[in-house]
Amino acid sequence: MADYPDSLKYTKEHEWSRISGKTAVVGITEFAKDQLGDVVYLELPELGAQVTRGQPFGVVESTKAVSELFAPLSGKVTKVNQELVDAPEGINDSPHEKGWMIEIEISQPDEVGQLLSAAQYKELLAAQES
Amino acid sequence: MARRTPLHSAHLAASARMVEFAGFEMPVQYEGIVEEHSAVRQRAGIFDVSHMGEIVLEGPRALQAAQRLVTNDLTKCTDGQAQYAALCNDRGGVIDDVIVYRFSPRRLFICVNASGREKDFEWMRSHAGADTDVLQQSDDWAQVAVQGPRAPGIVDALSEPRVIDLPYYHFREATVAGVRGCIVARTGYTGEDGFEIFCPSDGARPVWDAIVAAGVKPCGLGARDSLRLEVAYRLYGNDMDEEHTPLEAGLGWIVKLDKPGGFVGAEALRKQKADGLKRKLVGFKVAGKGIARHGYPVRPPGVEKHVGEVTSGTMSPTLKEAIGLAYVPTDMSREGSPFEIEIRDRPVAAQVVKTPFVTKEAQKKP
Repeated sequence: MADYPDSLKYTKEHEWSRISGKTAVVGITEFAKDQLGDVVYLELPELGAQVTRGQPFGVVESTKAVSELFAPLSGKVTKVNQELVDAPEGINDSPHEKGWMIEIEISQPDEVGQLLSAAQYKELLAAQES
Repeated sequence: MARRTPLHSAHLAASARMVEFAGFEMPVQYEGIVEEHSAVRQRAGIFDVSHMGEIVLEGPRALQAAQRLVTNDLTKCTDGQAQYAALCNDRGGVIDDVIVYRFSPRRLFICVNASGREKDFEWMRSHAGADTDVLQQSDDWAQVAVQGPRAPGIVDALSEPRVIDLPYYHFREATVAGVRGCIVARTGYTGEDGFEIFCPSDGARPVWDAIVAAGVKPCGLGARDSLRLEVAYRLYGNDMDEEHTPLEAGLGWIVKLDKPGGFVGAEALRKQKADGLKRKLVGFKVAGKGIARHGYPVRPPGVEKHVGEVTSGTMSPTLKEAIGLAYVPTDMSREGSPFEIEIRDRPVAAQVVKTPFVTKEAQKKP
């Protein structure tokens, strides 16, 4: 199985969050990337946009399919990885690092507790594969 | 449950991602669509296309029977030559697009889409006439497509007799990788040189293994779709169907309205041509942001009215631009005409462009 660092939190929609204080950096997991195939297009929200946990915040497209991106946490978008929008293949190369998408200023800190740990996420993947 | 091709175990062994397509479990990709796509453009790739069907017409008047079934003119085709054609219903709508291999005026071998295996067979049986046998051979044959600039030399080296001298759309029976009774045709669905090889089902694995061992990359349906779309080859079920005619689909060149004896659908097509086409399939590039996909609505610039729809769309791996095919009203079909595509409820600018999108010349540019 791919490497899912303990420093990240995960969702069952296969997004990861790197939380430091009141902000979270968000992307999609290695598993999501493998399912999608070659990513060729990425649409992200504007700087300052509000995103809501569980609601779509963008779109990622591979050569074959269109998928929505779901916000793992609610808050205001404080950074957008414009480099990744211009060259979305960065997601293929390194989904957990170069593939970061947006930074959120967390507005509902209690939502953090609902995210999955690396161990829980790996269990979820194992259950899906069996 | 989805059917399997004779190469199913080879795909699993190569860790292909399998999907259901037209009732068959098929590989959509092995390592990645873009990588497989580039392998075919630059070197060589092999595709399992055994889901396609094969129907044979036999009898003293088989050629005349075939002439009534297809839109193209098989008398312009010599023995040993193949021809692209459509089967039409009596409204001129496309039942299927096929390749007819003329062995002789008494024997014609027809390759149909997977979705046409039963449908085309029944239709041919009811239209072929009493003195022509219509034989269902879809399960007897496997088919692989070997495509790309290095493909001809590799297939030639494995074939006895040799096949490198075959011109485009010609074929020959040969032994390939020791498998007797193969049909090797200089045809394809990628815009590259190469061969399509029909082999007896139980010979599929040795043929596949020998070609892969010669350095040809296994490629899935994903790359097959992006390769064909870059050269604007139509996909049955997406770009044409029984509600669209070959004239509307831009396939007027395979419709021979004046051939002696006529064909099913000729009358409707003649009338449509005389009345003028109301809509046409065009190639487009997306000027704004996004990728247009099958089924997305098309509208005139700034006008909230659906006047057509996208039938195929992808991000071209060669051009790195979003390309596609769409039906638009004839007055919007001229090269350069602007229109809009609704991508997730937002209008995005697009423009009609000349096809094929990718040419050999364009690929050579840095």
